[in-house]
Amino acid sequence: MSALLQVRGVSRLYGSRIGCEDVSFDLHPGELLCIVGESGSGKSTLLNTVAAQLAPSSGSVQYRQRHGGWLDVGGLSEADRRRLAREEWGFVTQNPRDGLRLNVSAGANVAERLMALGQRNYRQLRDIARGWLERVEIDPTRIDDAPTSFSGGMQQRLQIARTLVTQPRLVFMDEPTAGLDVSVQARILDLLRRLVNELGLAAVMVTHDLAVARLLAARTMVMQGGRVVETGLTDQILDDPQHPYTQLLVSSVLTT
Amino acid sequence: MTAALMLELRDLSKSFQLHHLHDARLNVLRGLDLRLHAGECVALSGPSGAGKSTLLRVIYANYRPTLGAVHVRHGERWLDLAKATPHEVLDVRRHTLGYVSQFLRVIPRVPALDIVAEPLLQAGMDEQQARQRAGDLLRRLNVPERLWPLPPGTFSGGEQQRVNIARGLIARRPVLLLDEPTASLDAQNRNIVAQLLAEARAAGSAVLGIFHDEDMRDRVATRLFPMQTLEAA
Repeated sequence: MSALLQVRGVSRLYGSRIGCEDVSFDLHPGELLCIVGESGSGKSTLLNTVAAQLAPSSGSVQYRQRHGGWLDVGGLSEADRRRLAREEWGFVTQNPRDGLRLNVSAGANVAERLMALGQRNYRQLRDIARGWLERVEIDPTRIDDAPTSFSGGMQQRLQIARTLVTQPRLVFMDEPTAGLDVSVQARILDLLRRLVNELGLAAVMVTHDLAVARLLAARTMVMQGGRVVETGLTDQILDDPQHPYTQLLVSSVLTT
Repeated sequence: MTAALMLELRDLSKSFQLHHLHDARLNVLRGLDLRLHAGECVALSGPSGAGKSTLLRVIYANYRPTLGAVHVRHGERWLDLAKATPHEVLDVRRHTLGYVSQFLRVIPRVPALDIVAEPLLQAGMDEQQARQRAGDLLRRLNVPERLWPLPPGTFSGGEQQRVNIARGLIARRPVLLLDEPTASLDAQNRNIVAQLLAEARAAGSAVLGIFHDEDMRDRVATRLFPMQTLEAA
């Protein structure tokens, strides 16, 4: 079976401090992988390094492109990196304000990434934007409103629409539901679950919430101190954790 | 006629190492051998704590065995789930191994009908047909139609369990693992589950299950597999 992404021995150092160290994994098409661990465990550093937002200190990230060839992500020029981020990848940030453009309308936020791919027909763009607002459960009559007038949960759903409208093959998500009320969280998780299934997305998601991993990801990696301490099927890791740190994480979850 | 061998456990052991509880080690399964053939229904029997649920979870690869092998016939080939990659395990679960747990894991906002239809959708069936089949099965299990569009979080224990059974049995699986599927069902619904299991066996599925209710066990099981509690190491 052919992977979409091959990460081999990736490390990222900040001076002498370790961000993440010697991480390897494969991601297959249509698969969602969760990276869990506490704050400071290196999960966001790893995500940003794999997503080519940070340069790795060592190791390699290989990505299989739409037409089949392998691309060495670490060796890309800035222009190629941008093209990849625009055409084949998506990135959902924890704070939607970092991923949205706040001074243009909700509709423009969704349409913008399509325009960057060369779509120019105004009516079509508007129809697609309206369709995506509905898909992420935002009232389409709000299409001309600025995202600053939206609640945090709506902003996050808008960011998801903006990211997915170009039908990316690979999406990176950094704690997309952290900082939201649980009811809002459930709605976004359900939305992501459906969209990932419908669109056959591959995704790497960072979360500190094990319940999120259980709900969305078939596979999970556990990080501690910049290293992967355990990896496997999500249900194995949560129900039969082997590493002391994973056991601590799992046993620390409150159940209601 | 000899039925095809579907599952073979060899010298299977499972212990749990609890790193934060004084490094306690719980030995639950030791040196276990079992062969399961198409069309038979083997009931695990033994006292509470004998490791019956643990065994089912090890076979489903939800727990990782400490020693030994879990050989499963997966289509044309055999795979040892103790050594399989995560992607291989997922493929086996999608096509070969079904598992009905004791309790339904409720997903917020997902309606009962969709929960039941999901295994068919994952197998590539179109949505309308999958929902139709899900509805047929829920109707057969006496889950009232007005509940179908609702997430099962608010359902009674018995209703949740029937949704769980429907989800577990809707797609044909050559090997079925059942952890007390009828614990909170009344006699009428137990009968229906017994019929569904008989149909699955007639279609060639091999069933391995835990049935506390003796009447149910006598009805569905073709043989018993006795298990004993291990002494603490």
